[in-house]
Amino acid sequence: MTQLTIKGLWKEYDNQVVLENVNLEIGDHEFVTVIGASGCGKTTFLRLLLGVEAPTRGRLLIDGRPLPSEPGPDRGIVFQRYSLFPHLSVLENLLLGLELGGSRVVGRLFGKRRRAALEKADRLLDAVGLSVSREKYPAQLSGGMQQRLSIAQSVICEPEVLLLDEPFGALDPGVTADMHQLILKLWNMNKMTIVMVTHDLKESFYLGTRLLVFDKVRFDPQAQDRFGATITYNIPLKGHREASPRTPCEETGPLQPHFA
Amino acid sequence: MPRLINRYPNRVQAIVLSLLPFAVLLTAYLAASHVRLVANPEDKLLPAPTTLVEAIHRFAFEEDERSGTVLLWTDTAASLMRLLTALGISAFLGMALGIIVGVIPYMRATLAPFVAALSLIPPLAILPILFIVAGLGELAKVLLIIIGVAPIIVRDVALRTAELPGEQLIKAQTLGASTWLLVNRVVIPQMWPRLIDALRLTLGPAWLFLIAAEAIASTEGLGYRIFLVRRYLAMDVILPYVAWITLLAFAMDWLLRVGRAKLFPWAGPTR
Repeated sequence: MTQLTIKGLWKEYDNQVVLENVNLEIGDHEFVTVIGASGCGKTTFLRLLLGVEAPTRGRLLIDGRPLPSEPGPDRGIVFQRYSLFPHLSVLENLLLGLELGGSRVVGRLFGKRRRAALEKADRLLDAVGLSVSREKYPAQLSGGMQQRLSIAQSVICEPEVLLLDEPFGALDPGVTADMHQLILKLWNMNKMTIVMVTHDLKESFYLGTRLLVFDKVRFDPQAQDRFGATITYNIPLKGHREASPRTPCEETGPLQPHFA
Repeated sequence: MPRLINRYPNRVQAIVLSLLPFAVLLTAYLAASHVRLVANPEDKLLPAPTTLVEAIHRFAFEEDERSGTVLLWTDTAASLMRLLTALGISAFLGMALGIIVGVIPYMRATLAPFVAALSLIPPLAILPILFIVAGLGELAKVLLIIIGVAPIIVRDVALRTAELPGEQLIKAQTLGASTWLLVNRVVIPQMWPRLIDALRLTLGPAWLFLIAAEAIASTEGLGYRIFLVRRYLAMDVILPYVAWITLLAFAMDWLLRVGRAKLFPWAGPTR
Protein backbone atom coordinates (compact mmCIF):
# COMPACT_ATOMS: atom_id res chain seq x y z
CA MET A 1 0.00 0.00 0.00
CA THR A 2 1.26 3.41 -0.92
CA GLN A 3 -0.69 6.54 -0.11
CA LEU A 4 0.65 9.92 -1.16
CA THR A 5 -0.83 12.94 0.63
CA ILE A 6 -0.14 16.55 -0.30
CA LYS A 7 -1.48 19.26 1.98
CA GLY A 8 -1.40 23.01 1.41
CA LEU A 9 1.74 22.84 -0.73
CA TRP A 10 3.40 26.08 -1.86
CA LYS A 11 6.61 26.50 -3.80
CA GLU A 12 8.20 29.91 -4.26
CA TYR A 13 11.54 31.06 -5.63
CA ASP A 14 12.52 34.54 -4.43
CA ASN A 15 9.65 36.63 -5.81
CA GLN A 16 8.14 34.00 -8.04
CA VAL A 17 5.29 31.81 -6.86
CA VAL A 18 5.34 28.56 -8.84
CA LEU A 19 2.80 26.41 -7.03
CA GLU A 20 0.13 27.56 -4.63
CA ASN A 21 -2.15 25.66 -2.35
CA VAL A 22 -1.86 22.21 -3.92
CA ASN A 23 -3.92 19.58 -2.09
CA LEU A 24 -4.02 15.99 -3.30
CA GLU A 25 -4.55 12.39 -2.26
CA ILE A 26 -3.03 9.66 -4.43
CA GLY A 27 -4.11 6.14 -3.60
CA ASP A 28 -2.30 2.83 -4.04
CA HIS A 29 -1.53 1.63 -7.58
CA GLU A 30 -2.74 4.79 -9.24
CA PHE A 31 -1.46 6.04 -12.57
CA VAL A 32 -1.55 9.81 -12.25
CA THR A 33 -0.95 11.86 -15.37
CA VAL A 34 -0.11 15.55 -15.00
CA ILE A 35 -0.62 18.08 -17.78
CA GLY A 36 -0.58 21.84 -18.04
CA ALA A 37 0.88 24.69 -20.06
CA SER A 38 4.66 24.91 -20.09
CA GLY A 39 6.02 26.81 -17.12
CA CYS A 40 2.98 25.96 -15.00
CA GLY A 41 5.00 24.07 -12.41
CA LYS A 42 4.28 20.46 -13.33
CA THR A 43 7.96 19.56 -13.42
CA THR A 44 8.48 21.47 -10.16
CA PHE A 45 5.67 19.36 -8.70
CA LEU A 46 7.49 16.19 -9.80
CA ARG A 47 10.79 17.44 -8.39
CA LEU A 48 9.09 18.06 -5.06
CA LEU A 49 7.85 14.46 -5.05
CA LEU A 50 11.34 13.31 -6.04
CA GLY A 51 12.89 15.20 -3.13
CA VAL A 52 15.31 17.41 -5.08
CA GLU A 53 13.25 20.49 -4.23
CA ALA A 54 11.83 21.36 -0.81
CA PRO A 55 8.35 22.86 -0.42
CA THR A 56 8.20 26.46 0.79
CA ARG A 57 5.07 25.65 2.78
CA GLY A 58 2.85 22.63 3.20
CA ARG A 59 3.43 18.94 3.65
CA LEU A 60 4.23 15.94 1.48
CA LEU A 61 3.41 12.61 3.12
CA ILE A 62 3.94 9.04 1.99
CA ASP A 63 1.81 6.60 4.01
CA GLY A 64 1.45 9.32 6.65
CA ARG A 65 5.22 9.85 7.03
CA PRO A 66 6.93 12.99 5.71
CA LEU A 67 8.54 12.38 2.34
CA PRO A 68 12.37 12.16 2.65
CA SER A 69 14.04 15.39 1.56
CA GLU A 70 16.42 13.68 -0.87
CA PRO A 71 15.96 11.11 -3.64
CA GLY A 72 15.83 7.51 -2.46
CA PRO A 73 15.02 3.99 -3.58
CA ASP A 74 11.33 4.33 -2.63
CA ARG A 75 10.79 6.74 -5.54
CA GLY A 76 12.07 5.84 -9.00
CA ILE A 77 12.53 8.42 -11.74
CA VAL A 78 12.70 8.36 -15.53
CA PHE A 79 13.81 11.60 -17.15
CA GLN A 80 13.40 12.52 -20.79
CA ARG A 81 17.16 12.03 -21.31
CA TYR A 82 20.53 11.51 -19.63
CA SER A 83 19.49 9.10 -16.92
CA LEU A 84 21.47 6.09 -18.19
CA PHE A 85 25.06 5.45 -17.20
CA PRO A 86 27.16 5.69 -20.38
CA HIS A 87 30.07 3.64 -18.98
CA LEU A 88 27.90 0.58 -18.23
CA SER A 89 26.49 -1.90 -20.72
CA VAL A 90 22.73 -2.41 -20.96
CA LEU A 91 22.92 -5.36 -18.56
CA GLU A 92 25.20 -3.52 -16.14
CA ASN A 93 22.87 -0.52 -16.18
CA LEU A 94 20.08 -2.81 -15.02
CA LEU A 95 22.23 -4.64 -12.50
CA LEU A 96 23.43 -1.40 -10.94
CA GLY A 97 20.23 -0.87 -8.95
CA LEU A 98 20.44 -4.34 -7.41
CA GLU A 99 24.17 -3.95 -6.72
CA LEU A 100 23.82 -0.53 -5.08
CA GLY A 101 20.96 -1.75 -2.90
CA GLY A 102 22.53 -5.12 -2.12
CA SER A 103 26.08 -4.11 -1.29
CA ARG A 104 26.60 -0.96 0.72
CA VAL A 105 30.41 -1.06 0.77
CA VAL A 106 31.71 -2.06 -2.67
CA GLY A 107 28.48 -1.71 -4.65
CA ARG A 108 29.00 -5.06 -6.35
CA LEU A 109 27.48 -8.50 -5.83
CA PHE A 110 29.38 -11.79 -5.94
CA GLY A 111 28.64 -15.50 -6.20
CA LYS A 112 25.11 -16.68 -5.55
CA ARG A 113 23.69 -13.21 -5.03
CA ARG A 114 25.21 -12.01 -8.28
CA ARG A 115 23.72 -14.95 -10.16
CA ALA A 116 20.30 -14.24 -8.66
CA ALA A 117 20.59 -10.57 -9.62
CA LEU A 118 21.71 -11.52 -13.13
CA GLU A 119 18.68 -13.79 -13.50
CA LYS A 120 16.35 -11.04 -12.41
CA ALA A 121 18.00 -8.51 -14.72
CA ASP A 122 17.77 -10.94 -17.64
CA ARG A 123 14.06 -11.55 -16.98
CA LEU A 124 13.43 -7.82 -16.99
CA LEU A 125 15.54 -7.36 -20.13
CA ASP A 126 13.30 -9.93 -21.77
CA ALA A 127 10.17 -8.14 -20.57
CA VAL A 128 11.32 -4.83 -22.07
CA GLY A 129 12.64 -6.49 -25.23
CA LEU A 130 16.31 -5.61 -24.85
CA SER A 131 17.84 -9.09 -24.47
CA VAL A 132 19.57 -8.84 -27.85
CA SER A 133 21.31 -5.62 -26.83
CA ARG A 134 22.43 -6.67 -23.37
CA GLU A 135 26.16 -6.16 -24.08
CA LYS A 136 25.77 -2.81 -25.85
CA TYR A 137 26.50 0.60 -24.37
CA PRO A 138 23.66 3.15 -24.08
CA ALA A 139 25.17 5.35 -26.79
CA GLN A 140 24.69 2.45 -29.25
CA LEU A 141 20.93 2.27 -28.58
CA SER A 142 18.14 4.18 -30.30
CA GLY A 143 16.18 6.77 -28.32
CA GLY A 144 13.28 4.37 -27.77
CA MET A 145 15.55 1.58 -26.58
CA GLN A 146 17.32 3.98 -24.21
CA GLN A 147 14.00 4.93 -22.64
CA ARG A 148 12.99 1.26 -22.32
CA LEU A 149 16.22 0.62 -20.48
CA SER A 150 15.80 3.70 -18.33
CA ILE A 151 12.32 2.58 -17.30
CA ALA A 152 13.49 -0.99 -16.63
CA GLN A 153 16.39 0.38 -14.59
CA SER A 154 13.99 2.30 -12.35
CA VAL A 155 11.54 -0.58 -12.04
CA ILE A 156 14.12 -3.22 -11.06
CA CYS A 157 14.43 -1.71 -7.58
CA GLU A 158 10.66 -1.92 -7.23
CA PRO A 159 10.01 1.61 -6.03
CA GLU A 160 6.67 2.31 -4.39
CA VAL A 161 6.31 5.38 -6.56
CA LEU A 162 7.61 5.78 -10.10
CA LEU A 163 7.97 9.35 -11.36
CA LEU A 164 8.09 9.97 -15.10
CA ASP A 165 9.17 13.38 -16.43
CA GLU A 166 7.95 13.57 -20.04
CA PRO A 167 9.59 10.20 -20.67
CA PHE A 168 8.31 9.84 -24.25
CA GLY A 169 8.60 13.50 -25.24
CA ALA A 170 11.60 12.92 -27.53
CA LEU A 171 10.34 9.73 -29.22
CA ASP A 172 8.63 9.00 -32.53
CA PRO A 173 4.84 8.44 -32.39
CA GLY A 174 5.15 4.75 -33.36
CA VAL A 175 7.74 4.12 -30.68
CA THR A 176 5.62 5.97 -28.15
CA ALA A 177 2.71 3.53 -28.66
CA ASP A 178 5.05 0.62 -27.83
CA MET A 179 6.28 2.46 -24.77
CA HIS A 180 2.70 2.95 -23.55
CA GLN A 181 2.12 -0.81 -23.60
CA LEU A 182 5.44 -1.36 -21.83
CA ILE A 183 4.79 1.10 -19.04
CA LEU A 184 1.26 -0.29 -18.48
CA LYS A 185 2.68 -3.81 -18.33
CA LEU A 186 5.31 -2.85 -15.77
CA TRP A 187 2.80 -0.80 -13.78
CA ASN A 188 0.49 -3.82 -13.48
CA MET A 189 3.39 -6.19 -12.82
CA ASN A 190 4.79 -4.21 -9.90
CA LYS A 191 1.61 -2.62 -8.57
CA MET A 192 3.39 0.68 -8.04
CA THR A 193 2.01 4.20 -8.09
CA ILE A 194 3.01 6.21 -11.14
CA VAL A 195 3.06 9.99 -11.46
CA MET A 196 3.75 11.03 -15.03
CA VAL A 197 4.24 14.56 -16.36
CA THR A 198 3.41 14.87 -20.04
CA HIS A 199 2.39 17.50 -22.55
CA ASP A 200 0.44 15.00 -24.65
CA LEU A 201 -3.25 15.30 -23.79
CA LYS A 202 -4.22 12.08 -25.55
CA GLU A 203 -1.50 10.14 -23.75
CA SER A 204 -2.59 11.52 -20.40
CA PHE A 205 -6.19 10.34 -20.93
CA TYR A 206 -5.16 6.98 -22.33
CA LEU A 207 -2.70 5.95 -19.62
CA GLY A 208 -4.00 7.52 -16.46
CA THR A 209 -6.38 6.44 -13.73
CA ARG A 210 -6.37 10.07 -12.67
CA LEU A 211 -5.65 13.19 -14.65
CA LEU A 212 -4.35 16.36 -13.00
CA VAL A 213 -4.41 19.67 -14.79
CA PHE A 214 -2.14 22.42 -13.43
CA ASP A 215 -3.08 26.02 -14.14
CA LYS A 216 -3.19 29.44 -12.53
CA VAL A 217 -6.54 30.34 -10.97
CA ARG A 218 -5.49 33.90 -10.18
CA PHE A 219 -3.63 36.14 -12.57
CA ASP A 220 -2.20 39.63 -12.14
CA PRO A 221 -1.15 41.13 -15.49
CA GLN A 222 1.07 43.65 -13.66
CA ALA A 223 2.91 40.96 -11.71
CA GLN A 224 2.77 37.68 -13.55
CA ASP A 225 4.89 35.84 -11.00
CA ARG A 226 2.71 36.87 -8.06
CA PHE A 227 0.39 33.87 -8.28
CA GLY A 228 1.29 30.25 -8.84
CA ALA A 229 -0.42 27.31 -10.46
CA THR A 230 -2.52 24.75 -8.67
CA ILE A 231 -4.56 21.69 -9.58
CA THR A 232 -7.56 23.04 -11.50
CA TYR A 233 -8.93 19.67 -12.59
CA ASN A 234 -8.60 16.31 -10.85
CA ILE A 235 -10.36 13.82 -13.12
CA PRO A 236 -10.72 10.11 -12.28
CA LEU A 237 -10.23 7.94 -15.38
CA LYS A 238 -10.84 4.32 -16.25
CA GLY A 239 -7.18 3.50 -16.85
CA HIS A 240 -5.81 0.04 -17.54
CA ARG A 241 -5.62 -1.35 -14.03
CA GLU A 242 -5.56 -5.12 -13.72
CA ALA A 243 -6.96 -6.79 -10.65
CA SER A 244 -4.24 -9.11 -9.43
CA PRO A 245 -2.47 -9.32 -6.10
CA ARG A 246 0.87 -7.60 -5.69
CA THR A 247 3.66 -10.08 -6.28
CA PRO A 248 6.33 -10.07 -3.61
CA CYS A 249 9.58 -9.26 -5.34
CA GLU A 250 13.05 -9.49 -3.88
CA GLU A 251 16.46 -9.90 -5.46
CA THR A 252 15.29 -13.31 -6.59
CA GLY A 253 11.65 -12.35 -6.97
CA PRO A 254 9.62 -13.25 -10.04
CA LEU A 255 9.15 -10.00 -12.01
CA GLN A 256 7.37 -12.27 -14.50
CA PRO A 257 5.71 -10.50 -17.38
CA HIS A 258 2.00 -11.19 -16.87
CA PHE A 259 1.08 -10.68 -20.46
CA ALA A 260 4.37 -10.51 -22.30
CA MET B 1 34.45 20.72 -59.05
CA PRO B 2 33.40 20.42 -55.41
CA ARG B 3 34.28 23.12 -52.92
CA LEU B 4 37.67 22.88 -51.22
CA ILE B 5 36.04 22.08 -47.86
CA ASN B 6 34.34 19.04 -49.41
CA ARG B 7 37.43 17.45 -50.94
CA TYR B 8 39.20 14.79 -48.91
CA PRO B 9 42.59 13.13 -49.43
CA ASN B 10 42.55 9.33 -49.73
CA ARG B 11 44.59 7.14 -47.40
CA VAL B 12 47.83 7.24 -49.36
CA GLN B 13 47.53 10.96 -50.01
CA ALA B 14 46.88 11.56 -46.31
CA ILE B 15 50.08 9.73 -45.33
CA VAL B 16 52.17 11.50 -47.96
CA LEU B 17 50.71 14.88 -46.98
CA SER B 18 51.38 14.27 -43.30
CA LEU B 19 55.04 13.47 -44.04
CA LEU B 20 55.45 16.48 -46.30
CA PRO B 21 56.18 19.18 -43.65
CA PHE B 22 58.77 16.90 -42.03
CA ALA B 23 60.44 16.35 -45.40
CA VAL B 24 60.45 20.08 -46.08
CA LEU B 25 62.04 20.82 -42.71
CA LEU B 26 64.66 18.11 -43.21
CA THR B 27 65.54 19.31 -46.72
CA ALA B 28 65.80 22.89 -45.54
CA TYR B 29 68.12 21.81 -42.72
CA LEU B 30 70.35 19.73 -45.02
CA ALA B 31 70.60 22.56 -47.53
CA ALA B 32 71.36 25.21 -44.93
CA SER B 33 73.85 22.95 -43.19
CA HIS B 34 75.61 22.25 -46.49
CA VAL B 35 75.83 25.95 -47.37
CA ARG B 36 77.29 26.84 -43.97
CA LEU B 37 79.80 23.98 -43.97
CA VAL B 38 81.04 24.87 -47.44
CA ALA B 39 81.73 28.40 -46.20
CA ASN B 40 83.30 27.23 -42.94
CA PRO B 41 84.09 23.52 -42.33
CA GLU B 42 84.47 24.27 -38.59
CA ASP B 43 80.89 25.59 -38.29
CA LYS B 44 79.08 24.12 -35.27
CA LEU B 45 75.62 25.62 -35.68
CA LEU B 46 74.13 23.23 -38.25
CA PRO B 47 76.21 20.02 -38.10
CA ALA B 48 76.27 17.66 -41.07
CA PRO B 49 74.32 14.38 -40.90
CA THR B 50 77.56 12.42 -40.47
CA THR B 51 78.52 14.53 -37.46
CA LEU B 52 75.06 13.98 -35.96
CA VAL B 53 75.30 10.21 -36.46
CA GLU B 54 78.75 10.20 -34.82
CA ALA B 55 77.38 12.12 -31.84
CA ILE B 56 74.39 9.80 -31.55
CA HIS B 57 76.69 6.79 -31.65
CA ARG B 58 78.93 8.31 -29.00
CA PHE B 59 76.06 9.10 -26.63
CA ALA B 60 73.73 6.19 -27.26
CA PHE B 61 76.04 3.22 -27.78
CA GLU B 62 79.44 3.98 -26.22
CA GLU B 63 80.33 4.19 -22.56
CA ASP B 64 81.31 7.60 -21.34
CA GLU B 65 85.01 7.63 -20.34
CA ARG B 66 84.51 9.53 -17.12
CA SER B 67 81.34 7.95 -15.72
CA GLY B 68 81.52 4.53 -17.41
CA THR B 69 77.85 4.66 -18.40
CA VAL B 70 76.06 5.12 -21.70
CA LEU B 71 74.96 8.71 -21.28
CA LEU B 72 71.75 8.79 -23.33
CA TRP B 73 70.27 5.88 -21.42
CA THR B 74 71.23 7.07 -17.95
CA ASP B 75 69.87 10.50 -18.85
CA THR B 76 66.66 9.01 -20.23
CA ALA B 77 66.15 6.75 -17.22
CA ALA B 78 66.72 9.62 -14.77
CA SER B 79 64.38 11.98 -16.62
CA LEU B 80 61.61 9.44 -17.16
CA MET B 81 61.80 8.37 -13.51
CA ARG B 82 61.22 11.98 -12.41
CA LEU B 83 58.55 12.65 -14.98
CA LEU B 84 56.54 9.48 -14.40
CA THR B 85 56.73 9.74 -10.62
CA ALA B 86 55.47 13.31 -10.80
CA LEU B 87 52.75 12.50 -13.32
CA GLY B 88 51.60 9.48 -11.29
CA ILE B 89 51.32 11.52 -8.11
CA SER B 90 49.61 14.35 -10.00
CA ALA B 91 47.12 11.92 -11.54
CA PHE B 92 46.31 10.48 -8.12
CA LEU B 93 45.88 13.95 -6.60
CA GLY B 94 43.86 15.02 -9.62
CA MET B 95 41.41 12.15 -9.35
CA ALA B 96 41.06 12.26 -5.56
CA LEU B 97 40.77 16.03 -5.11
CA GLY B 98 39.03 16.67 -8.43
CA ILE B 99 36.22 14.24 -7.71
CA ILE B 100 35.81 15.36 -4.11
CA VAL B 101 35.64 18.99 -5.23
CA GLY B 102 33.32 18.13 -8.11
CA VAL B 103 30.86 16.01 -6.13
CA ILE B 104 30.69 17.37 -2.57
CA PRO B 105 29.42 20.97 -2.36
CA TYR B 106 31.07 21.63 1.02
CA MET B 107 34.45 20.49 -0.32
CA ARG B 108 33.92 22.59 -3.45
CA ALA B 109 33.24 25.66 -1.33
CA THR B 110 36.37 24.93 0.71
CA LEU B 111 38.88 23.87 -1.93
CA ALA B 112 37.85 25.16 -5.36
CA PRO B 113 39.03 28.77 -4.88
CA PHE B 114 42.21 27.54 -3.17
CA VAL B 115 43.09 25.18 -6.02
CA ALA B 116 42.28 27.90 -8.54
CA ALA B 117 44.66 30.27 -6.74
CA LEU B 118 47.38 27.60 -6.49
CA SER B 119 47.15 26.84 -10.18
CA LEU B 120 47.89 30.48 -10.97
CA ILE B 121 51.23 30.55 -9.12
CA PRO B 122 53.94 30.40 -11.79
CA PRO B 123 55.77 27.19 -10.76
CA LEU B 124 59.15 28.43 -11.99
CA ALA B 125 58.82 31.44 -9.69
CA ILE B 126 58.78 29.18 -6.66
CA LEU B 127 61.51 26.87 -7.93
CA PRO B 128 64.10 28.66 -5.71
CA ILE B 129 61.85 28.00 -2.71
CA LEU B 130 61.74 24.31 -3.65
CA PHE B 131 65.52 24.14 -3.89
CA ILE B 132 65.88 25.90 -0.55
CA VAL B 133 63.30 23.76 1.24
CA ALA B 134 63.67 20.39 -0.50
CA GLY B 135 67.36 20.57 -1.36
CA LEU B 136 68.90 19.92 -4.74
CA GLY B 137 67.92 16.22 -4.90
CA GLU B 138 65.19 14.43 -6.78
CA LEU B 139 62.44 15.71 -4.48
CA ALA B 140 62.64 19.32 -5.62
CA LYS B 141 62.49 18.38 -9.30
CA VAL B 142 59.53 16.02 -8.84
CA LEU B 143 57.79 18.61 -6.67
CA LEU B 144 58.19 21.29 -9.33
CA ILE B 145 56.40 19.13 -11.90
CA ILE B 146 53.65 18.24 -9.43
CA ILE B 147 53.11 21.87 -8.49
CA GLY B 148 52.96 22.80 -12.14
CA VAL B 149 50.69 20.00 -13.27
CA ALA B 150 48.52 18.73 -10.40
CA PRO B 151 46.36 21.87 -9.95
CA ILE B 152 45.50 21.82 -13.65
CA ILE B 153 44.44 18.16 -13.45
CA VAL B 154 42.48 18.75 -10.25
CA ARG B 155 40.58 21.63 -11.84
CA ASP B 156 39.94 19.71 -15.03
CA VAL B 157 38.65 16.59 -13.26
CA ALA B 158 36.51 18.76 -10.96
CA LEU B 159 34.97 20.53 -13.97
CA ARG B 160 34.32 17.25 -15.81
CA THR B 161 32.74 15.80 -12.65
CA ALA B 162 30.49 18.81 -12.29
CA GLU B 163 29.54 18.39 -15.96
CA LEU B 164 28.00 14.96 -15.33
CA PRO B 165 24.26 15.37 -16.00
CA GLY B 166 22.33 16.02 -12.79
CA GLU B 167 19.82 13.42 -14.02
CA GLN B 168 22.45 10.70 -13.69
CA LEU B 169 23.30 11.57 -10.11
CA ILE B 170 19.62 11.78 -9.13
CA LYS B 171 18.94 8.46 -10.85
CA ALA B 172 21.77 6.79 -8.96
CA GLN B 173 20.29 8.08 -5.69
CA THR B 174 16.88 6.65 -6.57
CA LEU B 175 18.66 3.32 -7.15
CA GLY B 176 19.87 3.47 -3.56
CA ALA B 177 23.38 4.86 -3.95
CA SER B 178 25.07 6.53 -0.97
CA THR B 179 27.59 9.30 -1.67
CA TRP B 180 30.35 6.69 -1.40
CA LEU B 181 28.73 4.27 -3.85
CA LEU B 182 27.78 7.08 -6.20
CA VAL B 183 31.43 8.16 -6.37
CA ASN B 184 32.67 4.60 -6.76
CA ARG B 185 30.25 3.21 -9.29
CA VAL B 186 29.13 6.29 -11.22
CA VAL B 187 31.69 9.09 -10.96
CA ILE B 188 35.14 7.44 -10.80
CA PRO B 189 34.58 5.05 -13.75
CA GLN B 190 33.44 7.95 -15.91
CA MET B 191 36.40 10.11 -14.87
CA TRP B 192 39.20 7.70 -15.95
CA PRO B 193 39.05 8.70 -19.64
CA ARG B 194 38.77 12.37 -18.61
CA LEU B 195 41.89 11.93 -16.46
CA ILE B 196 43.74 10.54 -19.49
CA ASP B 197 42.65 13.57 -21.54
CA ALA B 198 43.92 15.87 -18.77
CA LEU B 199 47.24 13.98 -18.57
CA ARG B 200 47.73 14.28 -22.32
CA LEU B 201 47.18 18.03 -22.12
CA THR B 202 49.65 18.41 -19.24
CA LEU B 203 52.42 16.33 -20.85
CA GLY B 204 53.83 19.47 -22.48
CA PRO B 205 54.03 21.53 -19.26
CA ALA B 206 55.36 18.48 -17.39
CA TRP B 207 58.33 18.17 -19.78
CA LEU B 208 58.87 21.92 -19.59
CA PHE B 209 59.15 21.87 -15.79
CA LEU B 210 61.31 18.74 -15.86
CA ILE B 211 63.85 20.27 -18.21
CA ALA B 212 63.82 23.59 -16.38
CA ALA B 213 64.55 21.86 -13.06
CA GLU B 214 67.24 19.66 -14.59
CA ALA B 215 68.89 22.63 -16.29
CA ILE B 216 69.33 24.39 -12.96
CA ALA B 217 70.38 21.66 -10.56
CA SER B 218 71.11 18.12 -11.65
CA THR B 219 73.88 15.67 -12.41
CA GLU B 220 72.08 13.63 -15.03
CA GLY B 221 68.96 13.84 -17.15
CA LEU B 222 68.03 14.87 -20.66
CA GLY B 223 67.57 18.54 -19.77
CA TYR B 224 70.80 18.57 -17.77
CA ARG B 225 72.77 17.16 -20.73
CA ILE B 226 71.41 19.71 -23.19
CA PHE B 227 72.27 22.62 -20.95
CA LEU B 228 75.70 21.11 -20.18
CA VAL B 229 76.83 20.68 -23.79
CA ARG B 230 75.40 24.09 -24.70
CA ARG B 231 78.61 25.50 -23.20
CA TYR B 232 80.59 23.93 -26.08
CA LEU B 233 78.01 24.90 -28.72
CA ALA B 234 77.55 21.14 -29.25
CA MET B 235 74.60 21.30 -31.61
CA ASP B 236 75.44 17.76 -32.75
CA VAL B 237 74.38 16.54 -29.29
CA ILE B 238 71.60 19.02 -28.59
CA LEU B 239 69.66 18.31 -31.78
CA PRO B 240 69.48 14.51 -31.32
CA TYR B 241 68.55 15.01 -27.65
CA VAL B 242 65.72 17.36 -28.59
CA ALA B 243 64.51 14.89 -31.22
CA TRP B 244 64.67 12.08 -28.66
CA ILE B 245 62.69 14.08 -26.08
CA THR B 246 60.09 14.87 -28.73
CA LEU B 247 59.87 11.20 -29.65
CA LEU B 248 59.43 10.19 -25.99
CA ALA B 249 56.70 12.78 -25.47
CA PHE B 250 54.98 11.66 -28.66
CA ALA B 251 55.15 8.00 -27.58
CA MET B 252 53.63 8.82 -24.18
CA ASP B 253 50.82 10.79 -25.81
CA TRP B 254 50.18 7.95 -28.26
CA LEU B 255 50.12 5.34 -25.49
CA LEU B 256 47.61 7.40 -23.51
CA ARG B 257 45.41 7.89 -26.56
CA VAL B 258 45.43 4.24 -27.61
CA GLY B 259 45.03 3.06 -24.02
CA ARG B 260 41.99 5.28 -23.60
CA ALA B 261 40.34 3.93 -26.73
CA LYS B 262 41.07 0.32 -25.72
CA LEU B 263 40.11 0.59 -22.05
CA PHE B 264 37.11 2.93 -22.33
CA PRO B 265 35.39 2.20 -25.65
CA TRP B 266 32.19 3.83 -24.35
CA ALA B 267 33.90 7.20 -23.89
CA GLY B 268 33.75 8.10 -27.57
CA PRO B 269 36.55 9.45 -29.74
CA THR B 270 39.31 11.44 -28.12
CA ARG B 271 39.27 15.14 -28.64
